[in-house]
Amino acid sequence: MAAIGTRVLSVLLFLSLSNLASSLYEDQVGLMDWHQKYIGKVKHAVFHTQKAGRKRVVVSTEQNVIASLDLRHGDIYWRHVLGADDAIDGIDIALGKYVITLSSGGSILRAWNLPDGQLVWESILKGSNPSKIMLIVPTSFRVDRENLIFAFAGGCLHAVSSIDGEIIWRKDFAAKSLEVQQVIQAPAEETVRVLGYVESSQFHAYEINPRKGDEIKHVNVDFPGGLSADTVLVSDDVLVALDATRSVLLTILFQDGEINFRKTQILSLVDDSHGVVEILPCKLADMFALKTNKFLVLAKVMDGGVVELVEKIKEAAALSDAVSLSESQQAIALARHENQKLHIIIKPVHDWNIDLLKETIKIDNQRGLVHKVFINNYVRTDRSYGFRALIVMEDHSLLLIQQGEIVWCREDGLASVIDVTTSELPVEKDGVSVSKVEQSLFEWLKGHILKLKGTLMLASPEDVAAIQNMRLKSSEKSKMTRDHNGFRKLLIVLTGSGKVFALHTGDGRIVWSLLVQSLRKSEKCDYPTGLRIYPWQVPHHHAMDENPSVLVVGRCGPSDDAPGLLSFIDAYKGEELDSLVPIHSIVQVIPLPFTDSTEQRLHLLVDANQRAHLYPRSPKALTIFRSEISNIYWYSVEADNGIIRGHVSKGSCSHDEDEYCFDPKDLWSVVLPAESEKIVASETHKINEVVHTQAKAIADQDVMYKYISKNLLFLATTAPKGSGEIGSATPEESWLVVYLIDTITGRILHRMTHQGSQAPVHAVFSENWVVYHYFNLRAHRYEMSVVEIYDQSRADNKDVLKLVVGKHNLTSPVSLYSRPEVTAKSQSYFFTHSVKAITVTSTAKGITSKQLLIGTIGDQVLALDKRYLDPRRTVNPTQAEKEEGMIPLTDSLPIIPQSYVTHALKVEGLRGIVTVPAKLESTTLVFTYGVDLFFTRLAPSRTYDSLTEDFSYALLLITIAALIVAIFVTWIWSERKDLQEKWR
Amino acid sequence: MEKGKGVMGAGRRWAVDFTDNSTSPASRDVPDPLGFSRASLDQDDSAVSRQKKDAEANWKSQKAWEVAQAPFKNLMMMGFMMWMSGSTVHLFSIGITFSALWQPLSALQGVGKVFEPYKDNKVELLVPKLLYIALNLGGLALGVWKLNTLGLLPTHASDWVSSLPPAQEVEYSGGGIPLH
Repeated sequence: MAAIGTRVLSVLLFLSLSNLASSLYEDQVGLMDWHQKYIGKVKHAVFHTQKAGRKRVVVSTEQNVIASLDLRHGDIYWRHVLGADDAIDGIDIALGKYVITLSSGGSILRAWNLPDGQLVWESILKGSNPSKIMLIVPTSFRVDRENLIFAFAGGCLHAVSSIDGEIIWRKDFAAKSLEVQQVIQAPAEETVRVLGYVESSQFHAYEINPRKGDEIKHVNVDFPGGLSADTVLVSDDVLVALDATRSVLLTILFQDGEINFRKTQILSLVDDSHGVVEILPCKLADMFALKTNKFLVLAKVMDGGVVELVEKIKEAAALSDAVSLSESQQAIALARHENQKLHIIIKPVHDWNIDLLKETIKIDNQRGLVHKVFINNYVRTDRSYGFRALIVMEDHSLLLIQQGEIVWCREDGLASVIDVTTSELPVEKDGVSVSKVEQSLFEWLKGHILKLKGTLMLASPEDVAAIQNMRLKSSEKSKMTRDHNGFRKLLIVLTGSGKVFALHTGDGRIVWSLLVQSLRKSEKCDYPTGLRIYPWQVPHHHAMDENPSVLVVGRCGPSDDAPGLLSFIDAYKGEELDSLVPIHSIVQVIPLPFTDSTEQRLHLLVDANQRAHLYPRSPKALTIFRSEISNIYWYSVEADNGIIRGHVSKGSCSHDEDEYCFDPKDLWSVVLPAESEKIVASETHKINEVVHTQAKAIADQDVMYKYISKNLLFLATTAPKGSGEIGSATPEESWLVVYLIDTITGRILHRMTHQGSQAPVHAVFSENWVVYHYFNLRAHRYEMSVVEIYDQSRADNKDVLKLVVGKHNLTSPVSLYSRPEVTAKSQSYFFTHSVKAITVTSTAKGITSKQLLIGTIGDQVLALDKRYLDPRRTVNPTQAEKEEGMIPLTDSLPIIPQSYVTHALKVEGLRGIVTVPAKLESTTLVFTYGVDLFFTRLAPSRTYDSLTEDFSYALLLITIAALIVAIFVTWIWSERKDLQEKWR
Repeated sequence: MEKGKGVMGAGRRWAVDFTDNSTSPASRDVPDPLGFSRASLDQDDSAVSRQKKDAEANWKSQKAWEVAQAPFKNLMMMGFMMWMSGSTVHLFSIGITFSALWQPLSALQGVGKVFEPYKDNKVELLVPKLLYIALNLGGLALGVWKLNTLGLLPTHASDWVSSLPPAQEVEYSGGGIPLH
């Protein structure tokens, strides 16, 4: 029947002149997609206010972004996302027109044009040893002299011309086994000072001629007690350091070619300090800040190196660097929390008792604590000093505060999305007021008349603009209720800052945000990180009046066996319902296909010892689980050891009394030879994937049965030599082996070797096929391969009569222990792009044809029809195969420019693509995240089940009305004519 | 009936028949005149009327045969059209095929009506009717055959299994590389 359906459909498709690319018209941009630009958590900020007209700040972030922001609105003027392994170590402004960045562990120095962000020059700095990384851009410069930038990285000091990036000289300190701590330019003496330790017991100071790089002076002094790497410069000639025990402060003075030092016991500053003391790396001018376990201690260095306590701050606080107000005056900002409010106090360095500014701001609780403060001063019209403070909060958001108000705020936590899930919106309630309906009816009519004008080409340019505006700002798409088509949903995203956001799919606005308490640093949990987010409770049917909830899974620390944490969040209100901190370690979360009576999904959490823990911890859930326990399996992929193990429950845990814990019993294991194979990728089906049919009708009305099993694992291994970077191995010594493993019995269904190919491998698994992407060393190109698996044991079910009567067992439940016979078909194609992420569209019923969504290296998303990756493609398909829609075989996959889902936009730093089915079968929702966010709707086979957005209902109504009028008029006419005939 | 008139009255435009064929005296208001014997008149006229009836029956059966053979022409034309329309599925071939299916069906439905004018005690209508039905069934078969060549008949296994949902699996598993 479906064969007939497809034939008829193909006729319809032929009639609608559809081609393979589903592209977009220019005026459709923004109708169903949205794009948000972010920068990430700010590390450094440099203000630039030389010209009054351009109030900007240049920032670098932990997501390796440098950006120039507008200080008035917080918009991005320009932005560059450096690669994932190109972390920014230092940023500064040189000559008032270049932004200088030092990145990639101090090996790349770049200059960007300040107004437009164009790259001016780039220099590669070669260093030998890992060391501290410092970028020194002299603030005072003279016109007659070439301006040098000093970059210290890899144990070498480089002097680089700021005009063209040429390296003028280079001095290696690593050869002298000097651990350089600080490099300063002393403006008065026109020398560069390099300060460091040798074997952490000798202090050395070098004076270097900045023009030639030759040594002018070298002094050293012994410290028998040893020194720690914690140092801070207090002024040009005073360095504060901690000794090796971190209990004594050393003030090192190097004046007139001599080094003097003075010891101060920390206990004399802070009497009740214990634990690790750190020096904060803030440049405070004659002051420094210490962090103990309880306090933030501010101290001042007086003449002769005497340390004097200035203030002890008990609350969470952050300090800015000192800014100079005038030649002699410098100010520091201190941001501290008190009674849910944020106080920003700006004080001059020379007199701590004066407040230049004291502001109290009420800040949303969900932003957490202040992490960083940057201040900038300006002169008001009355010649007093005004300040603006740029604040980085715990949730990575960036705020600008000026005159006691938040001028703008950027939600940059969204630049570090970890995982995404979705939730349905609440059902629309009755009781809409009449006036509202009338209003909307009038609006509706007006809108449609405008549209009609547009259709009939009667619209003036203003009308066209109005139509476009109306389409873009349709209130329909941003409503807070469920819609028929299932386009409106909540995207619930977990971010790296531990904040959970709910975004509306209609316009991308933040519906709620929650800084999850259990994902914040606490005594119970030192370094909490979020791992995944899952739908926990999806109420329908009998639990309709309850709100849906999501489960956040996290871990207290970086290692696999760190204690885990769970948090349950209400998806409508954005409140934490419950949390479990800390619990057993979590290495794997398995959502089970069962729900309890309150629609809570059963989850199995596997710990580092492969024990399974059941959640929710309720007796009902336990009853359900126990009844199914014999059919529930789990497996672990140990990528380092090259072992895959399958487990089943042996019974309740033996070591403790917890009845929700189950001991594993090893069922099978696949051990890969370590000398020839190393696991590089694994992939399984998406849990919520829906498959419509098990049969595939092929040419000549024949049928093939797909082998559809959710318990399949795709595994890719490479030769150990081939697991490095591309080009590090020759084609002869590198190969890629792919496996399809049945995860219940451990049976290897398919194994294939690609000689001369290597990682990175990206794969996607859906229905009965896997598509994977890798590099072919022989051809020097990327390749994509497809493997389709067919069930050979069902292939005999071809008797029409039996099928008509229903005498077959094709739909009866199967066990994988029956070891069905399978065949696999495979084909490979060249593909131009390297790939960052790959996924497949998913629809509600799985009827619509599929498209692969490929996140390309250019940070765009390419939609590629699955028909291009069909192992049955041949060079000359027969007539029947052509009718089936088979595309003749070509050696490479086409990249059709119109099939970029992201059209002209870029999702900078793309990391993942998520597809969610809408209720409408033809449509799927696509959410792409990286530093930016992008959301759109896709219809892989066009929207065959609904009218398009711009369908003119008014035109239809008018046509119908006109037809009815015409019917009446002609009827009257004919009556009249009849009458006249009869009178004749 | 109009056609029948033309055959009966050769060249006559109209005729009034004064012959009274009724036999029972009770049905008439006026009694027969004296000495008038109705039986003799009947005998006299019977030869003519029989002849007339025979001609009519002849004509009717001839017509019935003609009507019965009419679908054959239709069949030929349909076949030609089908041959012209080709074997690929498009609007024209689908239209032709469906009209080829619908025409015989509607004709078969109206078999009784088509042969009603030729209904007569003396005319044997069964054979023409059967021929008519057979020819229409032939047309129907042609339509079905065309449908089949277009691939629109569910005669293959693929037509019956292509919407079968995948078999449910007894076991369930999960896992993978540890989360990071």
